[in-house]
Parts: sequence; C-alpha cells; structure tokens
Amino acid sequence: MSPKIAQRIAKVFIWGGGAITVAILLGIILYILIQGVPVLSLDFLITPPRGGLTGEGGISTAIIGTLYILGVTLAIVIGPGIGAGIYLAEYARNNRFTQIIRYAVGILAGVPSIVFGLFGFTLFVTALRFNFSILSGALSLVCLLLPTLIRTTEEALKTVPRSYREAALATGASKWQTIRHVVLPAAMPGIVTGIILCAGRVVEETACLYVTMGGSAAMPKSILSGGRTLSLHLFYLAMETRAFDKAMGTGAVLIIIIIVINTLTNWLSHRFQVKMRGG
Amino acid sequence: MENKMQTKHLDFYYGKKQVLKNVSLDMKERQITALIGPSGCGKTTLLRLLNRMNDVIPEIRLDGDVLLDGENIYAAGVDVVEVRKRVGMVFQQPNPFPKTVFENIAFGPRMMGQKNRLYLEEIVERSLKVAAIWDEVKDNLDKSGLALSGGQQQRLCIARTLAIEPEVILMDEPCSALDPISTLKIEELMQDLKKQYTIVIVTHNMQQAARVSDRTGFLLLGELVEYSETSEIFGRPRDQRTEDYITGRFG
Repeated sequence: MSPKIAQRIAKVFIWGGGAITVAILLGIILYILIQGVPVLSLDFLITPPRGGLTGEGGISTAIIGTLYILGVTLAIVIGPGIGAGIYLAEYARNNRFTQIIRYAVGILAGVPSIVFGLFGFTLFVTALRFNFSILSGALSLVCLLLPTLIRTTEEALKTVPRSYREAALATGASKWQTIRHVVLPAAMPGIVTGIILCAGRVVEETACLYVTMGGSAAMPKSILSGGRTLSLHLFYLAMETRAFDKAMGTGAVLIIIIIVINTLTNWLSHRFQVKMRGG
Repeated sequence: MENKMQTKHLDFYYGKKQVLKNVSLDMKERQITALIGPSGCGKTTLLRLLNRMNDVIPEIRLDGDVLLDGENIYAAGVDVVEVRKRVGMVFQQPNPFPKTVFENIAFGPRMMGQKNRLYLEEIVERSLKVAAIWDEVKDNLDKSGLALSGGQQQRLCIARTLAIEPEVILMDEPCSALDPISTLKIEELMQDLKKQYTIVIVTHNMQQAARVSDRTGFLLLGELVEYSETSEIFGRPRDQRTEDYITGRFG
C-alpha cells in the first residue's frame, strides 16, 4: 500500500472515530435537554418533591441536598487529598512504603462506587451511628474521591519544572517556602482541575449515596439529616414512579450544572495560565 | 588575596560512580574563578556542591571539605538555607518564576521575612540596576518575568540573586542559552559584579573563560588537572592535557 493511501485510510478512521464520539455525546445531551427542558420551570425548581410513588412535585430539596453534600464533601476532602498529594510528590522518598501507598491509591481509584457505599454504610451509617445522613454520604464520597484528588494533585505538582524549585532553593527559600510560594502556585491550575473533577463526581454519584444518604425527599435540616441529591432523585423517579418526564427534567438540570462547572473550570484555568505566562 | 571559598580533597560519588576525585580549589575573594572542561568532567557537579544544590539528589556521597570563609558548609548543624543565602546561583537556562518582574526580585527578601513595601521597592530597583536591566523593565515591573527575552530573563535571574545580598555568586554556563549580544552584556555585568562579589563560573566556552576570569581551573574526568591564573592556563599551560584541550585537540 502506498504511504499516501495509508495516510488517507488512517485519516478516515481517526476522523470517523472523532465524529462518532461527538455525535453520540451530542445525541445524549440533546435528547435529554429536548425531553427535559420543557418540564423546567421556576415552579419545578422551587417546589419540593412529593416523595413516595407519585413522582409529583419539583426538585427543590434535591438541589439543596446536592449543594449541601457538595459543600460538605469538598470541605472534608480537599485538605487530606491535597496534603497527601503534596506528600507523595514532594516529600516521600521512593521506597517500599510509598510504593505501597501509590499502589493502594491506584487500586482505590478503580474500585466501583457502590463498594465505597457499602463501606460507608457499614462504618458511618451503622458503626458510627451517623444513620442515613448527609454526613454519612459525604464521608463515603470522601473515601471515593481521595484517590482521585491525591493523584491529580501529585500529577499537577510533578509537572512543575525542576528549574523553579532550584531557583527558589538557590534564592535562600526553605523547602516548605519553595513548595508554598513557587511549586503550589505553578501547579494550581492542575490542582483546581482535580477539585472540579471531584465536584463533578459528587454531582453525578448515585450508587454510593443510595446506601448512605437514605433518599428522604424532605428538606435537610442539618448535616445529620437524610436527603437526596439530584442524581439520586433522578434514580427514584425513573425506577419507582411513572414520572418519566420529571426524571428527564432532573437530568436536564444535572447536565446544565455539569456544563456550567466545566465551562467555569476551563475559563478559570485558562485565565490563570494567561496571567502566569505573561501574555 | 583572601580565599573566599575552598574545596579540600573533595571526592564525590553519584551512587557508585565517582565524579570528582580529590579536588582542591581555592576561590579568591572578589575574583572570577572559571571552571572549564569537556562535558561530563564534573565541573557543574563541583559548582553545585558549593551551595549544596546537590543535596536534593538521592544516593550521593561526599568526602572532603567545602569551606566558606574557612568554615565547612557540610559540617553537622550547618543550616543549608543560610549557606544558600550567602552563596547564590544563576543557572544555565534562565529560570524566572512565573511571577511578575517585581515579585521575582522581591522573592528572596520576602522569604527572609521582609514585608516592608518601601524597602522591597528599594531593593528591587537596586538589584535591577546593578544587573543592568532596570532601564529595560522599570515601566513593566508588574509584567510576568517570563514575558522578557532570554537575555533579559538571565539578567533578571542575576538580579534575583543579588537581592538576597549574597557573598558568592555561582554561575552555571549562564550564557549558553543566549545570543552573542546578550552574552556580551552578561560578561560586562560580571566585571562590575566582581568589585563586590566573589564569582565562580562554569563555562563551555574557552574564549569566555579567557575573557572574564582571573583564575581558571581545568577539569577532566573528575580531576582538577590544572588551576592557576587565567593568563597562565591559556598562555603557558603546564599539563599536556590542558594544552590539548585549550588548543582544541579534544573536548
């Protein structure tokens, strides 16, 4: 086969693969938006769901539940996740111990979320008696998200050129000052991206919360109340009621939230980079 | 002339590989000492031992002393941060931080706890002036250091080093990534700097060593073959290997 023909065939395959991917994604998003958007109204957003099998009412408590669990989860996971990432990237020597940590982090990142849910149910809901609650759900999500956040933080720190560190050390900065004032700021776009990825996971997660949050349709009063997120609400609507239109509406809200989060991330990290690179 | 820094019978190993063999070198105060030699001869390793930049590399071993004003900087209890404040370093690739020009220079003083804005402004201006780059950046102090040209970046890095008021400045092939005009500017700058600072420069470029330095050391395979006045080394080398190298027979 002549190189020219080979190139043409390769091009068709690559282009075709890209086109199919985009078509599927757009198809899903458009289908849900077309089905879901007509259901949306201010009323739908600010009315609590009726609960039970009727599927009536809106999604107000699910929105609050989502925001609630998003806030609590991120508040808990950011410290240890980024801290462990910094430890692995900057402090840990490459020995047997850290190899085991990295290996464990890698495995945990691939464990299905329902397994984290079962773990959370056993530990937080039952043993620690947090019952079905925002707290139990958030803590389970923290376990689920930690490996991801540790990894993205470590990767982000490792992309910071060694020359920055050497410059800081040679200018009389201590190791911690070097990390705090040079390495972390330079790695910030990557770290922020990791946090946003986690936020996305919280919004989309269903299985893990199904067994830890309880799914109450009532407005959560405190961190120890049960509740439901939009994804969980969508699951209940689709599986236990005949309100399929409302499930679609909820799905549309979810997709819009994800689009907003992603756009915001891109915009933030782009702005950050332009500022740094001195454009 | 006082010895500002000295190495005494220095042996250095990366793992099992010995990269410096019994190197004894005196660096005189307010002079420029140049280290020349072919790639892999250990000259950069030697330079980085003078401010303990090799500390971060695992599996290294050092025998012998490195003295700064007669005190061993590798002695137990010596604070490596203090050593690096007294012995600054300029690297081969210009490496400004992804921060503004001002913040690049103010970085060192800030890390030492200086918060006074007026003092910082003064030290930024002074450092940039001494590094002969003030006129080019004075209107753009809040622009990113990375937006400057390569030659300007290198002078910015020199200014950043000056801002910590070191006693010794180490330069690791500071012009190898620069064009001839920028190189000339840095070489002129070095002549100004040596009135106040002790400078040690590693260079690949023998003409540069001949132009700028007072004393030159020739390293080969980790060994300091010859070390004396620059005019001696280039005019009447005593060792055959030195002569072969500077006349371009190898390297």
